[in-house]
Amino acid sequence: MSNERVQLAHGSGGKLSHDLIKDVMWPAFANEILGEMNDGAQLHISGCRLAFSTDSYVVKPLFFPGGDIGKLAVCGTVNDVAMNGALPLYLSAGFVLEEGFPIADLQRIVASMQQAAKEAGVYIVTGDTKVVEKGAVDGIYINTAGIGKIMDGIHISGKNALPGQNIILSGYLGEHSLAVMGERHGLQFPQSVRSDCAPLNGLVEKMLTAVPKVAVLRDPTRGGLATTLNEIALQSGVGIMLEETHIPISSAVQAACDILGFDPLYLANEGKMIVFVEPESTNQVLDIMQQHVYGSEARVIGTVVKEPRGQVGLRTRIGGVRLLDMLVGDQLPRIC
Amino acid sequence: MLSMTNEEVKKAAAFFTREIEKLASGRSLRLMEVCGTHTVSIFKSGIRQLLPENVELVSGPGCPVCVTPNEYLDTAIAYSRKSDVMITTFGDMLKVPGSSSTLAKEKAQGSDIRIVYSSLEALEIAAKNPGKKVIFLAVGFETTAPTAAAAILMADEAHLTNFYVLSAHKLVPPALRALLASGKSHVDGFLLPGHVSAIIGLQPYDFLSKEYHIPGVVAGFEPLDILQAVYMLMLQIHDQTARLENQYSRIVPKEGNPSACTILSQVYQQTDAVWRGLGKIPNSGMSIREKYQAFDALLNIPIIVEETKEASQCQCGKVLRGLLQPSACLLFGKACRPEHPIGSCMVSVEGTCAAWYKYGAGRWQV
Repeated sequence: MSNERVQLAHGSGGKLSHDLIKDVMWPAFANEILGEMNDGAQLHISGCRLAFSTDSYVVKPLFFPGGDIGKLAVCGTVNDVAMNGALPLYLSAGFVLEEGFPIADLQRIVASMQQAAKEAGVYIVTGDTKVVEKGAVDGIYINTAGIGKIMDGIHISGKNALPGQNIILSGYLGEHSLAVMGERHGLQFPQSVRSDCAPLNGLVEKMLTAVPKVAVLRDPTRGGLATTLNEIALQSGVGIMLEETHIPISSAVQAACDILGFDPLYLANEGKMIVFVEPESTNQVLDIMQQHVYGSEARVIGTVVKEPRGQVGLRTRIGGVRLLDMLVGDQLPRIC
Repeated sequence: MLSMTNEEVKKAAAFFTREIEKLASGRSLRLMEVCGTHTVSIFKSGIRQLLPENVELVSGPGCPVCVTPNEYLDTAIAYSRKSDVMITTFGDMLKVPGSSSTLAKEKAQGSDIRIVYSSLEALEIAAKNPGKKVIFLAVGFETTAPTAAAAILMADEAHLTNFYVLSAHKLVPPALRALLASGKSHVDGFLLPGHVSAIIGLQPYDFLSKEYHIPGVVAGFEPLDILQAVYMLMLQIHDQTARLENQYSRIVPKEGNPSACTILSQVYQQTDAVWRGLGKIPNSGMSIREKYQAFDALLNIPIIVEETKEASQCQCGKVLRGLLQPSACLLFGKACRPEHPIGSCMVSVEGTCAAWYKYGAGRWQV
């Protein structure tokens, strides 16, 4: 790999991203905690279990229907911490600003960050600001890191999927990608699409308090539902079988995807989560999710199966079965 | 069809598959879907699994990116290296390997290459960047060619002097004729492309039944459209007749889209064209007419292109003619994968090999 150059697809969250991590990052940083390959690191410090996660935000355009880079930078990291079964507590915020960036826009962005932090119940407690010459970045990039306390008795990991478990998805797919995409290219979709960007920690806390036995939690961001489920299937060494007709896709998203040739199963979401749970607890989890504003469309979309290991299958509307592979390449750069 | 319930869809699919099996009555039959969008829909919906084993669906040369020859890519890559040139292209073209590079690699090295979703977007980019020569990579069949033609007409009207088109547009019927004339591709019936037919109408396919006695059905893209079209083909095969039928009449009028055809012939003229895997096919391409030559990249921006080399062992040519199943290629799924494609059929989302790989033919065992 050393004589190659970085391509946009290396940042897609799909196969090339995995290769980059495996071939460049992992050899340099390898350690036991990183090796868990979850949405964040789970740390044990003086008897306390903490979840720690970081993410950088480079979305273009900065403002889009349903959100902006600030809201995204808070919600994205809050969700990554929450997906470890943790209650997010504190965030850091690092800004890289381009010379000439309007202060009014910056004010709008930080106000949006504060509002999102308030909703999530977290504090932004440390930060950094750098300014680079015009052209060195595109307006503004934001990095956030978050730390949270893993709930007592909760053990969430992508390795916990077992045959027989049900897979629940919290709502409609693809809204974030299409909202950003539509705004960037000035596309008029048949029906308007808004980003689903939202903090999910409140919903996670309610759910785990009632049902501590939840096995896997993951938010299907870059690479979408298909890529996220493939990662879990690989991590746990199980197969996954989905029912196409059970996967919630709104008519607005489907219509936009039909025009652009995108598959909603590969589009990024910023306010959705996937829950793996034993059959006996499924209805209880569904009830809790459906009563929450960010889980009202939750439903069971499939089950964990024994074989074929490490693969995801989809039973189609007409009754056929096919493989649902990881995302390869990147049609939608800079959506988060 | 979209208004049907899931149960109704399942029932209809079961009816068609049952009838198809009965009509085939054990005979081995090969039906070719010409269009890449059909290929994807067939795999995506799991149609191949529903059909009886003796009814085989074979993909044809209907993926525009796949049939674009190396020489065209090498030319685009050479243009992208010029500092005063900006390339505008559909995203699919980025990863297609040329003789020694790809547009994606050139972009990473600093070439100014922009992904667009239409030729008109390329036109806007040209208007906003008067200091650059903006070349639009015009790849596609009869469906996309009218929009490129429209962009040229608009550029002409706006007196844009920095917008150019590198044309690789291709026509479907001449390729089908070449396929049949070669005598190698045994096909019992054609699933004809719905979108292309919406532009050109039905008449250009007449030769299939009249000269070659092969049934053809213009088909839509929903899974049930395809199953119904296969059923219609099977009825003809069973009755030993050969007609041209239209399953997709809700979109495809018999005469096609006359105004799109008018724009096409106003800007383009038919010319011989080289297809990857099929070689040079008479009257199967489109070149820009003399009146609009100011927009023809090749005539206006001098360029030296490297000598074309084909990847050794790559069997895309055979796959495109329906002579080889992707999984029978030695490179498939090993050296040649979507993230590291060697042949063009593995690059485009509509490529036969990419569809086989992505949707698990030969990989997913239930």
